[in-house]
Amino acid sequence: MQSRASLLGGLALLVAAALAAPFLPDWMVSLATIAFANALVVLGLVVLWRVGLVSFGQALYYCIGAYAVALTGRWTGFTDALALVLLGGVGAGIVAASIGFLLARYREIFFAMLSLALSMILYGVLVKTESLGSTDGFSVATPTFFGYAPHGAQLSHWLYWLTLGVDAIAALLVGLYFRSVAGALAAPIRDNEIRVEFLGISVSGIIHTKVIIAGVLGGLGGALAAMSIGHVDPNMAYWTTSGGFVFVTVLAGSGYVAAAFVGSLAFEALRSFAVDVMPQLWQMTLGSVLLLTILFLPEGLGSLVSRLRQRRAVKP
Amino acid sequence: MAHRRTATLWSLAGLAAVAAMVPAQFEVFAQTPAPAAAPIKLGIVSFLSGPAASPFGIPGRNGAEIVLEALNAGTAPAPYNKVGFGGTKVEAKYVDEAGSAANVVTDFRNLVQRDQVDAVVGYISSGNCLAVAPVAEELKALTVFYDCGTPRIFEEKARAYVFRASPHATMDSVGAARYLVAKKKNITSYSGINQNYAWGQDSWRDFIGAMKVLAPKAEADKILFPKLFAGEFGAEVSTLLTSKSQALHTSFWDGDLEGFIYQEQARGLDKRMTIIATTGESSIWRLRDKMPDGTIIGGRGPHGPLAPDNAFNKWFSKIYTDRYNVPPTYPSYQMAQSLLGLKLAYEKAAAGGAKPNADQIAAAFKGLTFTGPSGETKMVLGDGHQGIQETAYGTYRFNKAKKEPEIVDVMRFPAECVNPPPGIDADKWIADGMKGAKC
Repeated sequence: MQSRASLLGGLALLVAAALAAPFLPDWMVSLATIAFANALVVLGLVVLWRVGLVSFGQALYYCIGAYAVALTGRWTGFTDALALVLLGGVGAGIVAASIGFLLARYREIFFAMLSLALSMILYGVLVKTESLGSTDGFSVATPTFFGYAPHGAQLSHWLYWLTLGVDAIAALLVGLYFRSVAGALAAPIRDNEIRVEFLGISVSGIIHTKVIIAGVLGGLGGALAAMSIGHVDPNMAYWTTSGGFVFVTVLAGSGYVAAAFVGSLAFEALRSFAVDVMPQLWQMTLGSVLLLTILFLPEGLGSLVSRLRQRRAVKP
Repeated sequence: MAHRRTATLWSLAGLAAVAAMVPAQFEVFAQTPAPAAAPIKLGIVSFLSGPAASPFGIPGRNGAEIVLEALNAGTAPAPYNKVGFGGTKVEAKYVDEAGSAANVVTDFRNLVQRDQVDAVVGYISSGNCLAVAPVAEELKALTVFYDCGTPRIFEEKARAYVFRASPHATMDSVGAARYLVAKKKNITSYSGINQNYAWGQDSWRDFIGAMKVLAPKAEADKILFPKLFAGEFGAEVSTLLTSKSQALHTSFWDGDLEGFIYQEQARGLDKRMTIIATTGESSIWRLRDKMPDGTIIGGRGPHGPLAPDNAFNKWFSKIYTDRYNVPPTYPSYQMAQSLLGLKLAYEKAAAGGAKPNADQIAAAFKGLTFTGPSGETKMVLGDGHQGIQETAYGTYRFNKAKKEPEIVDVMRFPAECVNPPPGIDADKWIADGMKGAKC
């Protein structure tokens, strides 16, 4: 009953967001598309965060997803958006599955640093690849939707709807995963790995799965972002990009699946607003917001909801 | 029950996030029913933070500020003496270029669609120019790039709404090679140290290509690509000290250039080989007597001390120096030149009297020839969207009596001598022996 209520709530939110597109100005739709694409990467970080792992290299999958889309378009001329997004997710998933054998053995700072190092290897390789424009990157072919090739505002609406669709499915599946046994074991693993092992459960296996889930989500996010931006460059694999995703994860908190999406949208809106109002001091605004969040909402924006609920529960 | 409430709360949180963006939106609505003399709005995008801000971003932004002020006051020399653009005052909105390609594209859309600017002038990073160009075309938004160097912008695709008055970077490397070969006729060996990213790689590729054409007997010895912002070049200096090269090409800028110059001087590298700094002009006012005498200096075109001695240059360098207490460097000149070109195009398109739209301004800008603080710009490449200019290189000397940097022994190369002819890609032009160059 509980899950049905949140499912209905999520569905209502999704429909409202999808229907709003034609009434919103185009720049807002583009901003929301990028925010919701990045939210997938954040959702992946939330999955890892629940077992107490922070990846400072999630940009690796983001970049793989983005380059998968861009290179396919460049080499083969194939531009179907949905297939390209899936390709980005699968490509990143395969990479995550193979490096997961290594990553799943590490915890805490070692996990963070190793993931960072792996993403920086990709960055280094791309920078040295002059045929792909090195740090300048190259443009992404305009995507099509099952043979339909929209332009201008239509294109941004279609990309927005595609992003919402992928987000909805990802949120649903991750929500189900959180309620599964493997998902529910996140907190016990974080608290005491050895006890979980004594229950006869392979902790590294569970973490490996989480690395793959986070990798696939990162790839999907990168693919959607690449189509929305229309350009890819090696900066997408740079550690500051990973840092940005961790920032949003801290802002959003790991309590709810929806927090990743609201947090990402709030972050993009805040950045856009700060650049608009304080062109020379916008980074300081973002930094202050992060500091205030850590000070007053250590569990992230998501904890606002649980706090409100607790307060209501106390009142008769 | 509790969860239903949770869902409501989340919906509210989502709405709040959207609402956070709304105030800016209202601002636009408030401005739309504007009076007849509504100012022309320009978006000026330049690095206001990060490593490229101090050498390029801020001088570019300041150049825009001072030029637009003078234009609005109507104090610029003729033919730029009409107030603002065609009698209408110009209002600028300054935006930071720092951030990912996603940020830059989002901010560009915000300028065009939310703030409804009439044109965007800006961008220093070639990657950002490549990312913005297709969006500008899609939105049919008039955009003038002012500093980014990659020739790919108009070579990869024809553009209708994108312009670049500043010549692309090929000219810088070809000019450097021509100057070097003219000054050192018997050169047998040269080396290069460039940052390992697109700008450094492209600069070196063009330079070595031009050298192969101009001095086929000379050999490239040490080819070094330290990482961007390495800051420490001990190993590279050691390597270069083992080389018998007579010249060293570098496209380093700002921190890396200054760091390298300090570190190599301690070990006397510049006594053994002449350094060619293709962006050296942007650092001379900070390095002063620390820049070794005899260094070959370029400024990405005829800007700063390399600019021609015309009335526009005198006017621009005076108003800039008076305001900011430091002479303008090449990004300021590129910005001034771009804005003046846009102004002329606007006025040509507005000749009928009505406010011109982006298509009319673009049609007027296409193929335009105009003269500004850094001499004549001819919009001839990229189907009339990409400008070419002459370029100049010179030799650095710190004038101890006047305590001022000087560039002497200046050689000027005509635009057609250092730029590819229309319709030929820069890389191909150099590889094929720079055919058709008129020197």
